[in-house]
Amino acid sequence: MRKLALPDEIFMQVEKPARYIGNEINAVMKDKNSVDVRFCMCFPDIYEIGMSHLGIQILYSMFNSWEDVWCERVYSPWIDLDKILREKQIPLFALESQEPVRNMDFLGITLQYEMCYTNILQILDLSQIPLFAADRGENEPIVIGGGPCSYNPEPIAEFFDLFYIGEGETQYRALMDLYKANRKAGGNRMEFLKMAATLPGIYVPGFYEEEYRPDGTIKGRKKVYENAPDTILKEIVMDVSDTYYPLKPVVPFIQITQDRAVLELQRGCIRGCRFCQAGQLYRPVRERDVEVLKKYAMEMLQNTGYDEISLSSLSSSDYSGLNDLLEFLIQECKKKHINISLPSLRIDAFSLDIMSKVQDVKKSSLTFAPEAGSQRLRDVINKGLTKEDILNGAALAFEGGWTRVKLYFMLGLPTETEEDILGIGELSNEIAAVFFDTVPKEKRINGKVQIVTSTSFFIPKPFTPFQWARMCTKEEFIEKAYQTKKGIMAQLNQKSIKYNWHEADVSVLEGVLARGDRKLAKVLLKAYEMGCLFDSWSECFHNDVWMKAFEDCGIEPDFYTTRERREDEIFPWDFLDCGVTKEFLLREWKKARTQTVSPNCRQQCQGCGANRFGGGVCVENKKGTER
Amino acid sequence: MKIRIKFAKYGVMKFIGHLDVMRFFQKAIRRADIDIRFSEGFSPHPVMSFAAPLGVGMESLGEYLDIEVNSMTSAEEMKDALNREMADGFSILSVRVLPDGSQNAMASVAAARYQIFYSDRQENGPCRFPIDRIEEKLAAFYARERIPMIKKTKKGERELDLKPGIFELQIQEIPHPFMEEEKKCQAVSMLVDASSSGNIKPTMVLEAFCQDCGTCLTPYSYQVIRIDTMMRLSKEGENPRFVPLDFTSDCR
Repeated sequence: MRKLALPDEIFMQVEKPARYIGNEINAVMKDKNSVDVRFCMCFPDIYEIGMSHLGIQILYSMFNSWEDVWCERVYSPWIDLDKILREKQIPLFALESQEPVRNMDFLGITLQYEMCYTNILQILDLSQIPLFAADRGENEPIVIGGGPCSYNPEPIAEFFDLFYIGEGETQYRALMDLYKANRKAGGNRMEFLKMAATLPGIYVPGFYEEEYRPDGTIKGRKKVYENAPDTILKEIVMDVSDTYYPLKPVVPFIQITQDRAVLELQRGCIRGCRFCQAGQLYRPVRERDVEVLKKYAMEMLQNTGYDEISLSSLSSSDYSGLNDLLEFLIQECKKKHINISLPSLRIDAFSLDIMSKVQDVKKSSLTFAPEAGSQRLRDVINKGLTKEDILNGAALAFEGGWTRVKLYFMLGLPTETEEDILGIGELSNEIAAVFFDTVPKEKRINGKVQIVTSTSFFIPKPFTPFQWARMCTKEEFIEKAYQTKKGIMAQLNQKSIKYNWHEADVSVLEGVLARGDRKLAKVLLKAYEMGCLFDSWSECFHNDVWMKAFEDCGIEPDFYTTRERREDEIFPWDFLDCGVTKEFLLREWKKARTQTVSPNCRQQCQGCGANRFGGGVCVENKKGTER
Repeated sequence: MKIRIKFAKYGVMKFIGHLDVMRFFQKAIRRADIDIRFSEGFSPHPVMSFAAPLGVGMESLGEYLDIEVNSMTSAEEMKDALNREMADGFSILSVRVLPDGSQNAMASVAAARYQIFYSDRQENGPCRFPIDRIEEKLAAFYARERIPMIKKTKKGERELDLKPGIFELQIQEIPHPFMEEEKKCQAVSMLVDASSSGNIKPTMVLEAFCQDCGTCLTPYSYQVIRIDTMMRLSKEGENPRFVPLDFTSDCR
């Protein structure tokens, strides 16, 4: 019978013991003696969040499709188990084998958001692996980072042996082979890292040092291992229809955040919104063949037993096969009583028609993301959505029976004025007015419309046109949220509008870490040592402790946030190449400040640099002009 | 067509709560391509109902769920198909077609049989309870006319007499149902009321007995196993006679 790492007594004392027992449907068990490499994949947050992530499911199924590798999973133990593991000094274990993580050859940690950084230290600490890569011995796992935050890995660079920059499908096989060859030849850890550094997409932070100017900005980078590359280009899969896909994803026992089968339509986005990091990192857009997707959908549902499937992509409305795919899914899923969960589609007649077929109009709400309150500011951020689009979409929706609308905005965008902020309330009000104009009194369900307006605070991210931008202070953010609220309260239909805003202090911290450099490692360590953990969970976030950590380390957080960067400033992430050039981003930064809109990739190539990968939308466009 | 499925839940699956067991079976039924009937309405759901929820931490050899199907080949094939979709720690023990007009599993539940094993340390496996002359003491305890117990409820405390709800209570020397070795172990074995109106938790009986002996067992030192879930065959007033929920009338 299956043996667990902990006695029953401990499992009975923690919330949701099923987080830690493994044994799920489609979890992969192998004989540890019959594999050459043991890999532990980690999402540094709780099970329910980590298990909802498609990327890990992709890599898990890819690794386990190789006979010589066994890939297992580990997630952050919640604070109840965290405490017990520390007290009893029980090493953190992988779900499948229930064996200590430190027995593995590799520990791969996905970096999906900055606020999980203290959880990385928790994972290493509980695994009894030295926190700093430089302190790790021959028998410790090689700790690898990947995912969006690896595009500025510098604040956490010293905790990792290497980072994998880009999509995992391309170089992991080579990395595993290198590891096996090195071990066979009797090579040590350092020799492996030296060889790994020469693989495409692999960044070994220990081979570089940052040099700073007296003002704290970066002077340059020095290599301490000469064969390490000067720049590292991201890895990317060009044929997304013919690569690994988790057709047998692990099915959890407990309800997770995204508890459904996930169908990834495409990678990348044609839109080029200037605040959006994903829109730049994953260029160029690569669509999956629609027939392949249909097959995947049916197989995944059969293999999991899920009663819901969700479509995933950055902008599903731009997927060229959407109509075909949805027609197929609606027909197949109806027979089997399977729900279709639609991602954020652009609201128009087509999407409303689809939505009315797959969801209960009375219960569901519609989402618009204008991001900014005025057309001027929407032009600055290159958000192609116009007021007419929104109002027309809303009118159609209200006619179709919807009564709930969600609106998403950002506060603190570059060039934002009071007028832009007031625009948020005005737009919310106009949408409510559209309801009262379109729906006659006798047809109003519950007699009213519900507009939920939410604002988050703008955080400039690396590899976006706004990477040079100044970020607001906490006080400015709070003032802006107050103005927004006041603006909404002044509206005629204010009773129909509910306003939510995001926490300001956690946004500021995210801003620090997002564009931070290696100097921040000590702050992270300090904050962790003082008890910071699960910072993305508001009940666990302690801003005062973080501020104390900055103070103790003599680091000024404002240096990373409220300073507009000079055009020639060297960024901590400049040695990475995501395919999009710094020249292009700078051009976009300048266009932003003249409120000049850039057309999307399908309308007109903007020369971002991603065409060097020779595929996806860049090639599709060429075909178009040849015809 | 109504189907009654009997299953066991053991090993690491004892940490899965009742709602998660329901969700697990919904998915397993889909994977096994069982033609389950769906309810009407805007959001149809598969028609299934469980007999009696099992607490987290407990193992069982006698769990039941009823489903309704539109069509099926044979009970045996359904059992095999479902067993192929079980996680380690779940197994399908029987699949029976219910006669028309049968009462559903939940309404039928009248009693449940439990065995409680003791171990001083989990890794050592089951051993004898740390109570001298336990057989004698348990017999004396069960021979009482009333077995009062203070039950804590949301509204405060309430005194309860366990006696009428305990149909059998004894010490047995039996192999542990989920241990591979055949070694006989001491178990407190009981058949108690599990109906919606008079449900008695097996741990309540054990606690009352320990209190009686002046002993207090440390938490998590004993494991409760539900051996079967039963329905009543006898009529009101007659001596109670219980049979497992998958009992079929052909044997009557």
